[in-house]
Amino acid sequence: MGRIALNGVTKSFGVTEVIPPLDLVIEDGEFTVFVGPSGCGKSTLLRLIAGLEDTTSGRIEIDGVDATGTPPAKRGLAMVFQSYALYPHMSVRRNIAFPLRMAGLDRAEIDRRVTEAASALNLTDHLDRRPGQLSGGQRQRVAIGRAIVREPAAFLFDEPLSNLDAALRVGMRIEISELHGRLATTMIYVTHDQVEAMTMADRIVVLRAGLIEQVGSPLELYREPRNLFVAGFIGSPRMNFIDGASAREHGAATIGVRPEHIEIDPDGPWEGRIGIGEHLGSDTFLRVHDTGLADTLTVRAGGEVGLKTGARARFRPMPDKIHRFDEGGARIG
Amino acid sequence: MATKSSRSAARVMLAPAVILLLGWMLVPLTMTLFFSFKKYLPLRGDSLERGLDWVGFANYARFISSSSFWPSVQTTLVMVGCVLAVTVVLGILLALLLDQPFWGRGVVRILVIAPFFVMPTVSALVWKNMFMDPVNGLLAHLWRFFGAEPVSWLSDASLASVIMIVSWQWLPFATLILLTAIQSLDSEQLEAAEMDGAPALGRFAHIILPHLGRAITIVILIQTIFLLSIFAEIFVTTGGAFGTRTLTYLIFQRVVDSQNIGLGSAGGVYAIILANIVAIFLMRIVGKNLDR
Ligand SMILES: Nc1ncnc2c1ncn2[C@@H]1O[C@H](COP(=O)(O)OP(=O)(O)OP(=O)(O)O)[C@@H](O)[C@H]1O
Ligand SMILES: [Mg+2]
Repeated sequence: MGRIALNGVTKSFGVTEVIPPLDLVIEDGEFTVFVGPSGCGKSTLLRLIAGLEDTTSGRIEIDGVDATGTPPAKRGLAMVFQSYALYPHMSVRRNIAFPLRMAGLDRAEIDRRVTEAASALNLTDHLDRRPGQLSGGQRQRVAIGRAIVREPAAFLFDEPLSNLDAALRVGMRIEISELHGRLATTMIYVTHDQVEAMTMADRIVVLRAGLIEQVGSPLELYREPRNLFVAGFIGSPRMNFIDGASAREHGAATIGVRPEHIEIDPDGPWEGRIGIGEHLGSDTFLRVHDTGLADTLTVRAGGEVGLKTGARARFRPMPDKIHRFDEGGARIG
Repeated sequence: MATKSSRSAARVMLAPAVILLLGWMLVPLTMTLFFSFKKYLPLRGDSLERGLDWVGFANYARFISSSSFWPSVQTTLVMVGCVLAVTVVLGILLALLLDQPFWGRGVVRILVIAPFFVMPTVSALVWKNMFMDPVNGLLAHLWRFFGAEPVSWLSDASLASVIMIVSWQWLPFATLILLTAIQSLDSEQLEAAEMDGAPALGRFAHIILPHLGRAITIVILIQTIFLLSIFAEIFVTTGGAFGTRTLTYLIFQRVVDSQNIGLGSAGGVYAIILANIVAIFLMRIVGKNLDR
């Protein structure tokens, strides 16, 4: 079980309000990702849920029970920190066993659970090493192992992969997703990497300056971003924003078209000069200048497109993939 | 220092310091050894110009067979041990306290460190005359305020008094080192332990104390070096009476009071041996903390 509900939760450090009143329900078993730019209060929100920070006002409920004043240990949540926060003087085995020892379990039970977690996380060969003798990915797994042995109501992850290199990050991303599939425990995952958010989440919570901009499944956010901020934040490369006359033609203050929704078409309405092309093999992202629409337009073309830098070409946005926004940045329609 | 070249570079760069230190130590050490095998009583007319008589191990035999020798060794060890215990335990508590955020923390930290800057002689005199004086001392007033008979500290509880004075002097050092160590502890580790269900005492025992291991080792090793040669505090307060005569003080009495330089030098050699025994013992117990 692990349903977490926040009712009007706020947090201020002195006079600066980091989290304005915020309501959010995280359903049992859901993989929720908090995503947003640096400093928007993701970690703070997570620490509020964990109980490592006190709320300034509002209520936090875990499984329907008010947990606002409950100390962290009693909330039944486990947290994986960005720095891993392993205990450097303890072996991997003792690190993983630590929460169980603190809970006063008997030795046989502790051994059983540690062995189980270690084999699930591929750590069996490293149980007697110190954290300092492990690689980043292994440390990360120890931190996860320490979290899962407690069989918590929910897992809290604070940017757990940001210290890993790109290849390892992809691997660990899949491992965590598989872990979620296997345990079916609520997970709250903080990241500022929207690829992580899109690939892992059941539900994404987009935050800006402590405010929830939108909550929804990855595809909902991709298809129907509620405002300019979400539209610009979700999707890679970023959505193209066009304002002025071409936007007014569509009856909006700003229109947005994703790079993958613009086609090269000799009869298209837009024209521009091709700048840098980023060739990824499967795709090529072209930077298009001098369109009269925006500074640069990013356009996705096929893998081996034959357009040279400096050449001129015409483009057509897919008509049903144009997002329209009003003056305030909110979505129209 | 991982590579071969960085190791040899380190050796070259350390050489001047090592040579200087060796010279610095070797000259007095050789002189002490030299005198310890000679009869050298300046008041009876012995002097270096006239040549000193070789007496073999007579000085050593006499020093060790003196009835004050073993008690002085015992006093030394008790004093060093007690001061170490007091400063480390109180140092940890004070460091924990000073690590907490509270109003005026900066000023309090400076105040805590202040005793370290008071000269040993001065602080011993202050303690002797202002606190421990059985008639006018602050402690005597305090005792009388509660209707108790004032204690004549320096005669009735002399060893404890000296330990108190010396601990007071060394507590700032221990606190300072331990405080910096506590401040270097990653707060996420404590938070992780908190989430793992460790109560405050558990966090102290399982996270903070192991983290402090190295700092405690350093405090113990450095303090031991200085505590083995405590002198001013004893000289000013009890003058070595009432069971406060340490080995260092005994040597001082042999050389200065009895004007027997040969005998004192032999005592000095014993002091070196004692210091080495203590050092080996300490390295065995706590030194392994430094290898991490
Ligand atoms: N202890 C604190 N005291 C004062 N201000 C704080 C404190 N902790 C965080 N803040 C402020 O709260 C805001 C949100 O911080 P938070 O750590 O939650 O950001 P974040 O979204 O996790 O950012 P990042 O992606 O960089 O980790 C920041 O502006 C930060 O300066
Ligand atoms: Mg953060």
